[in-house]
Amino acid sequence: MLTAEPVTDAPTARPPVVVVDPIALRNRRRRKVFVNAVRLAIVAVVLGGWELGVRTGHVDAFFVGQPSKVVTQLHTWITDGTEAGSLWTQVRVTLQEAITGFVLGVVAGVVAGIALGRVQILAEVFGPFIKILNSIPRIVLGSIFVLWFGLGPTSKVALAVVLVFFAVFFNAFQGTREVDRNLVANARILGAKRRHVTFQVVLPSALTWIIASLHVSFGFALIGAIVGEFLGAQKGLGLLISQAQGTFNPNGVLAAMVIIAVVALVAEGLITLLERRLLAWRPPQLSGADL
Amino acid sequence: MDAIELNGVTKTFRTPSGTYTAVHDLDLVVAPGEFCAVVGPTGCGKSTTLTLVAGLERPSVGEVRVGDRRVTGIDPQVGFVFQNDAVLPWKTVLDNVSAGPRWRGVAKRAAIEQARDWLRRVGLGGFEDRYPHQLSGGMRKRVALAQSLINEPRVLLMDEPFSALDVQTRAIMSNELLQLWELTKPTVVFVTHDLEEAIALADRVVVMTAGPATVKDTFVVDLPRPRTVQEIRFTPEFTRLYQEIWHSLRGEVELTYARSAGTLEVA
Repeated sequence: MLTAEPVTDAPTARPPVVVVDPIALRNRRRRKVFVNAVRLAIVAVVLGGWELGVRTGHVDAFFVGQPSKVVTQLHTWITDGTEAGSLWTQVRVTLQEAITGFVLGVVAGVVAGIALGRVQILAEVFGPFIKILNSIPRIVLGSIFVLWFGLGPTSKVALAVVLVFFAVFFNAFQGTREVDRNLVANARILGAKRRHVTFQVVLPSALTWIIASLHVSFGFALIGAIVGEFLGAQKGLGLLISQAQGTFNPNGVLAAMVIIAVVALVAEGLITLLERRLLAWRPPQLSGADL
Repeated sequence: MDAIELNGVTKTFRTPSGTYTAVHDLDLVVAPGEFCAVVGPTGCGKSTTLTLVAGLERPSVGEVRVGDRRVTGIDPQVGFVFQNDAVLPWKTVLDNVSAGPRWRGVAKRAAIEQARDWLRRVGLGGFEDRYPHQLSGGMRKRVALAQSLINEPRVLLMDEPFSALDVQTRAIMSNELLQLWELTKPTVVFVTHDLEEAIALADRVVVMTAGPATVKDTFVVDLPRPRTVQEIRFTPEFTRLYQEIWHSLRGEVELTYARSAGTLEVA
């Protein structure tokens, strides 16, 4: 559907003109059906070929697993639970760790990024420290966190926080620095005090950058939680994977991956919704494939 | 007492390749309620002059006064309309226009009432809930005008405000600017590189030299008000002024052009 905004200089509002071209509409529907059919075919060929390869003995199920067994594994987990307790407990534990780490990391990253972006002296003082901390491969910190916080969820949350923090921090910092100087000058002349400029000019402007980093960061938060669970845990999806690995069960590893993928996709969807809400003021993006 | 007074103002900027003088030994006086247009070749330092009056920048040498006060920071009596869009894209039209009074401590309800008033005055009644990207360039300029005028500035600085608009919209906006100006009669300094626009709008046209900027000539525009910009340019008086001012401006424009051509050859 094409909608034309009334962008004339006429002082009175005119209703938007709505033009629907039936042929274009039909072509677009056909294209959509075609794209979906091809996608389905790709999935069928890959999974079918895999299953067939295992059954005919061309591929060794001991190493690569088998799609039907992955489904069975998922079914067993859902109905009978896992060695560590019910499947939902594992998902809940991992999600709790990831979400807590995500929220803390985002808040800390945004606050620190904007503070350092707005206050020159802070940036000068803390710049080198942040560079040094950022240069440490953060997964290594997981071991320290297990030592500090034990095998409970705290060590996983801590790992998720550090992973998320830097991704968000650098975006918030850069976003703050890239604020249009005209906008700031205009706001100041109109009467904005420093805090008005920070919250009504800088923050909304940097939000485009910050939200872009949220998409990546939730993935980081999940990585933090799951790697933390690898390193030592009593519950969680990471534990399921490491147990499956320990018992040479590739289907278990794959089944846990499927669950994690579902969780990540749902989270991505929620972040996109948040993005649409917070950035409603932006002009609609010109069409193109969404990834 | 003069509304704006610049005494021997010089402004130099430090750049990676040395210092750059944008304004040199500039003396300029604008009377209260006067509509003063400033013309000059591109990049001659006209915009810098405005930022000095607004208090966004401090002069390196000399003194800038607005009213009876020396400018040391942003003056609440000064309004500024920028060349590029400076309305906040994440605020609706209404929130953009009411922002000024709200930041200055006016209660929310009163600020919104005032904003609705001003939007009607600039012909944007009914567009309160739009976001800037949903408006045309001309409409965004009206928002910017309402945003500045709602603070009832005694001095209104305008930096090539209509240069991004198409010719027709520009003429319409110029007329509306004059009508709005008649309402509260602020002192206006209107920077432009369009000579016709300058003569059609102003009481006085100041010609700047090629950078660093200083005043070359001043011309009094003695055309009757109220004016219609599209029509006034056909009067013989307008043509005479145009020729006179162009004669003064021409040398500076040619000098600027020669310099930029020179740098091109060097590069």
